[in-house]
Amino acid sequence: MITRSDIPLRVINSSPEAILKAKKRTKRSFRQIRTENVFRHTLTIMGLIMVILVLGIMLTLAWQSRLSISTLGPKYLWSKVWDPVQDIYGAWPFLLGTLLTSFLALIISVPFSVSVAIFLGEYHPKGWLPDFLKNAVELIAAVPSVIYGFWALEVLVPYVRKFESAIGVEPVGVGIFSSSLILAVMIIPYAASLGRSMISLVPSHLKEAAYALGATRWEVIRTVVLPYTKSGLFAGILLSLGRALGETMAVTMVIGNTSLIPKNIFAPGNTMASVIANEFTEADKPVYLSALIELGLVLFLVTVVINLIGKKIIDRFTND
Amino acid sequence: MDGKYVKYRLGKSYGFQSLVYLLAFACIVPLLAILFYIIRAGITKINWHFLVNIPKPVGESGGGIANALVGSIIIILVAAVIAVPIGILAGVYLSEHRKGRLAYWCRLSTDILQGVPSIVIGIVAYFWLVRPWDIGFIHHRGGFSALSGSVALAIMMLPIIVRSTEETLKLLPDSLREAALALGMPFHRVMFKVIIPVGISGILSGIMLSVARITGETAPLLFTAFGNPYLSVNIGKPMQSLPLLIFNYATSPYQDWLNLAWGASLILLVWVLFLNIFTKVITRKWKVQF
Repeated sequence: MITRSDIPLRVINSSPEAILKAKKRTKRSFRQIRTENVFRHTLTIMGLIMVILVLGIMLTLAWQSRLSISTLGPKYLWSKVWDPVQDIYGAWPFLLGTLLTSFLALIISVPFSVSVAIFLGEYHPKGWLPDFLKNAVELIAAVPSVIYGFWALEVLVPYVRKFESAIGVEPVGVGIFSSSLILAVMIIPYAASLGRSMISLVPSHLKEAAYALGATRWEVIRTVVLPYTKSGLFAGILLSLGRALGETMAVTMVIGNTSLIPKNIFAPGNTMASVIANEFTEADKPVYLSALIELGLVLFLVTVVINLIGKKIIDRFTND
Repeated sequence: MDGKYVKYRLGKSYGFQSLVYLLAFACIVPLLAILFYIIRAGITKINWHFLVNIPKPVGESGGGIANALVGSIIIILVAAVIAVPIGILAGVYLSEHRKGRLAYWCRLSTDILQGVPSIVIGIVAYFWLVRPWDIGFIHHRGGFSALSGSVALAIMMLPIIVRSTEETLKLLPDSLREAALALGMPFHRVMFKVIIPVGISGILSGIMLSVARITGETAPLLFTAFGNPYLSVNIGKPMQSLPLLIFNYATSPYQDWLNLAWGASLILLVWVLFLNIFTKVITRKWKVQF
């Protein structure tokens, strides 16, 4: 409603047309203010949606796994046998499989990703060759994981089989080792790109001081650049680890999918993500389904904690 | 003795330098190997027939991946329709409210969402949309559907769009917005007519990166879109998509299906790499500068 007091005083005593016009103008600006307020509230709601989404994911996982948490208890996580047919549920084979593949992949990939970071951050920050390397490493992250899995299954696994028969273990091909290899390739970009930006942040006066003391290039990297960036590199490695833990498709395709505890790193196994991918739609009993969701909950919590620690370290590093 | 030691140290330095070079460039080898194998195996499978037909049953040779192509496009479009408005507006919210409690939690949630494994999002989308539920008067019939797959993928797109929008808009100088507000423009018009158009390249590149990321996602679709051997355009029903087709056929023992998987892999790979490279080029060309 537009009342008389909303119309400017100078128009009140003029002609009726002018009053009408003023009324229209006032109405329009009222409408705009209303739209503006609606828009501001919409923005706030969109911000809220993000929070609600994350809370919803967490609560859904917790609620749906309540059955397995209450009937199987915390013992579930370190029981060694998984046999849904006889209602025996133990997550240890999958926890072990996830830890083995992720850490093995990390050990394989760290020398490579740190080398890329040093190459791009220290030796050659500019030029067409580093540009090419940088873009190529970023494209490694872009290739879909199902394609990595398919390629590993068709090309990598036969080579691994040959390697296994050469060193005298059972030549299965698929297994923890193959999945670690393909995971190692997939997680290189995360540590590499973060490490590169951290290394390029090293103040040049520190490096110049070391050069002035007669240090060689390698000595500068070892005594100045790496110590200065070690927390940043660690954060990059944590982010890589977070990726490796949650990676599903490539691992599912080459790990061999057995619920037995792997005897060595060449044996087939299963990770938390791969067992969910394989058995979720087949889970016919409520406890079975709930046990799988509890694995998802564990995976969620672990990756969230790892990512948040990584982000905290990066924030502290870039704010200093 | 001194000269020898200096030579030793220099030698060590050069040794490590070459090791770093070697390891750094060794990273590209797997990428090139994958590109090489997929192109070599896939290029012979792709022809017109491959693109416009649906897969044949086991035993019959030939067939194509039309259902997966159509399905992928529909699922991604629906996901983008859901995620883009929410993502941009949430990004605008974060860039407008640098401090504040809700902004802090919103930023934290975006960080968390970015790291959530895709399979977990699949599980959650399954319980939200595929499982039948009813609370009082709302009855949800559930069932595998392309829409549930799109929702799962939209959740994966959100953090990328929110982050890129926020980062782009933060770079814009305050004077821009203040000038528009001083002219008497209402806040929403300042946003839609000034701030978002100026930052559109950053926002667009975020959207394209998120599309590139979800195009190859398989895990969230396993329990939601589920896959479908026939051509379907109904988003309320199960639908095939490229990554799902590759996963199902790559692990099958039949040579015909493996051939389909190789061809589909090539198409998916080219699609994703093209999106990534295109995004890089346009971000470099249209960089927001002030």
